Amino acid sequence: MAYRHKDLLGLRELSKEEILFFLSSAQAFKDLNNSEVKKTRSLHGKTVINAFFENSTRTRVSFETGAKRLGADAINFSASQSSAQKGETLLDTIHNMEAMKTDIFVLRHPNSGAAQFVAQHSDACIVNAGDGLHEHPTQALLDLMTIQEHKGRLEGLTVVIIGDIFHSRVARSNIWAMKTLGMTVKLFGPPTMMPAHVDVFGCHVCKTMEEAIEGSDVIMMLRIQLERQDGSTPFPSTREYSKFFGLSSTRIKLANPNPIVLHPGPINRGVEINSDVVENPEVSVILNQVENGVAIRMAVLDILNRNRNS
Amino acid sequence: MKTLIKNGTIINADGRINANVVIEGETIVEITTEEVQADVVIDATGMLVMPGLIDMHVHFRDPGQEYKDDVISGSETAVAGGVTTCLPMANTTPINDNASITRAMIAKAKERGLIDLLPIGAVTQGFKGDRIVEMGDMIEAGAVAFSDDGLPVSSSTVMRAALEYSRGFNSFVISHSEDCSLCRHGVMNEGPTSTILGLKGMPSEKEEIAVARDMLLAKLTKGHIHIAHVSSAWSLKLIELARKEGVSITCEVAPHHFSFSDEHLLTYDTYFKMSPPLRSKCDVEAMKEGLRSGLVDVIATDHAPHHTDEKFVEFDKAPFGILGLQTLVPLTLALVKEGVITLERMVELTSANPAKILHLDNKGKIAKGMLADIAIIDPEMTYVYDEKLNKSKSKNSPLLNQTLTGAAVKTLKSGRVVFDFPNCL
Repeated sequence: MAYRHKDLLGLRELSKEEILFFLSSAQAFKDLNNSEVKKTRSLHGKTVINAFFENSTRTRVSFETGAKRLGADAINFSASQSSAQKGETLLDTIHNMEAMKTDIFVLRHPNSGAAQFVAQHSDACIVNAGDGLHEHPTQALLDLMTIQEHKGRLEGLTVVIIGDIFHSRVARSNIWAMKTLGMTVKLFGPPTMMPAHVDVFGCHVCKTMEEAIEGSDVIMMLRIQLERQDGSTPFPSTREYSKFFGLSSTRIKLANPNPIVLHPGPINRGVEINSDVVENPEVSVILNQVENGVAIRMAVLDILNRNRNS
Repeated sequence: MKTLIKNGTIINADGRINANVVIEGETIVEITTEEVQADVVIDATGMLVMPGLIDMHVHFRDPGQEYKDDVISGSETAVAGGVTTCLPMANTTPINDNASITRAMIAKAKERGLIDLLPIGAVTQGFKGDRIVEMGDMIEAGAVAFSDDGLPVSSSTVMRAALEYSRGFNSFVISHSEDCSLCRHGVMNEGPTSTILGLKGMPSEKEEIAVARDMLLAKLTKGHIHIAHVSSAWSLKLIELARKEGVSITCEVAPHHFSFSDEHLLTYDTYFKMSPPLRSKCDVEAMKEGLRSGLVDVIATDHAPHHTDEKFVEFDKAPFGILGLQTLVPLTLALVKEGVITLERMVELTSANPAKILHLDNKGKIAKGMLADIAIIDPEMTYVYDEKLNKSKSKNSPLLNQTLTGAAVKTLKSGRVVFDFPNCL
């Protein structure tokens, strides 16, 4: 089943078939990216604006690369240089750029629900590139694509997501999609980094790192988002965090055979994940995630553009 | 001039009777089953004749933010909801923390003459949380109680002083119960829905901790504490405990807290954003039980107008608050239809108990000698609550453009018809 909607705001509402459609579509773009001329014309003449109201490097560059390889005119906009600093509302900013005949907005915003809010009041396609603590659908799709490549399947796998679940939109998108796809998801992290009502995800919450790793096929480490802690301290020191919640080569041995380790980046080496794990090509698929990110974003832009034209 | 309201069902807190109401001047002079000659005759066949509603918690934004509402539009909104007495909170600009502002608010309401406006003064000067206001002076000017609503009084020492000092004037303190140190950047109830939406939550404990402190201070001081806009089940448990122990404590629940749960926020609709936030379904049920059992004293709207532009933003950036005055009757009647409360209890919650708490001896009852503040309510009338009916300058109600059942069709203030559906007179 194809994806028929104007926007991509999150994965919670998507069916298994819709998620798999994005993954299979991305494979063709991955092949293109590995060819000598990494270019197609499917978005030729279209304008894609990366509207980033929150700092980002890899996600913005990934979207920009994807849009340009599809032949679109990709324009980057960041809030620090924008009229938002002059008091203009988010919607007025978007409407002004829409008046310039923008076809697709890739929106990153610090407030949860911002992508949905814009999508409801804009004729352009909206791709949620991360909204507050809510969702980050393309990151989850690239994670799934990476897992599928390395494990040959998705259904039946056990994934553990470790770290700051509360502040992670990556975790949320992954949890919804993985459960839809028939994967088992476990969660682990300091209780101060766990949402108070984590039960709503329907995932087992582990009590120790050992319990988390044991029986897992996929270990997804999250970045400690110190910039989002609002002044409160979710853990006493990075030393202690590393000791109880960090991933080391020794701990990986508890996992199922041939485990893989994912991380959305940027990495805090030696805190949430040790360098010997990051650099181990037998387990670390972190750079594969980055590579697949471009293919996924090309697939998303291409599919939404087709929906817009049809 | 003599006015007759005939053929209606008079609902009082202590019972109902099919009878006629005779009004002369500002006062009810007779309740009779006889047909009486009168200058003005109002046929209330099929209608409920209730004492004018007393809303102990409104925000008219006047002075300072008159673009949202002012005393005039607030008065018009009130009578369109059957409300004849309003207590506006002190978080105006400037703050109502002195007798001059209190007098000015009352004078403006009298000029329009639709309602009695009984201002609530601030507890602390400038809402700064340290020095209490000149309560005696403000009571002389017409203030009836004291609250820093919108903000809690963080210092226990200051709250103690406020309770002790107000007791000396036979007045009381209204607690905006919130432990702000526990709700950093929270924008909705902390629960499964906030976890799904990725919105920061305010746990109900931030309210309960403050309720617990203030009830203990009321115990200490023997002052009267009134807990505003209770939203959590545990707050009610604490209030019940305090009352059993003889503490002078009363409380109010807002219609939105017994009508909606936090699941209504799943679409990020900012019109459902309010503080205290919409809580869980269990809390909603607890509010209903409190209303049914008699534990809750008052239904108050916390009518909080905000301009569309302010609400038409990202959820985190929108202000807290919802319109309430014109939806008070349909939402409360929905409880009656659901079997949660009786019509008599509705009158107790919306009129008789507020009158008792506020020592308004001539209000809260349809009886001989009482002030003729009367709401004539059609419980079955179905209508779309749209922009034409809405009297507020603001539109921030999730019920706008929805079909509602039950409305005030005529409102009398001191014997004079001031609202005749759909217009104020």
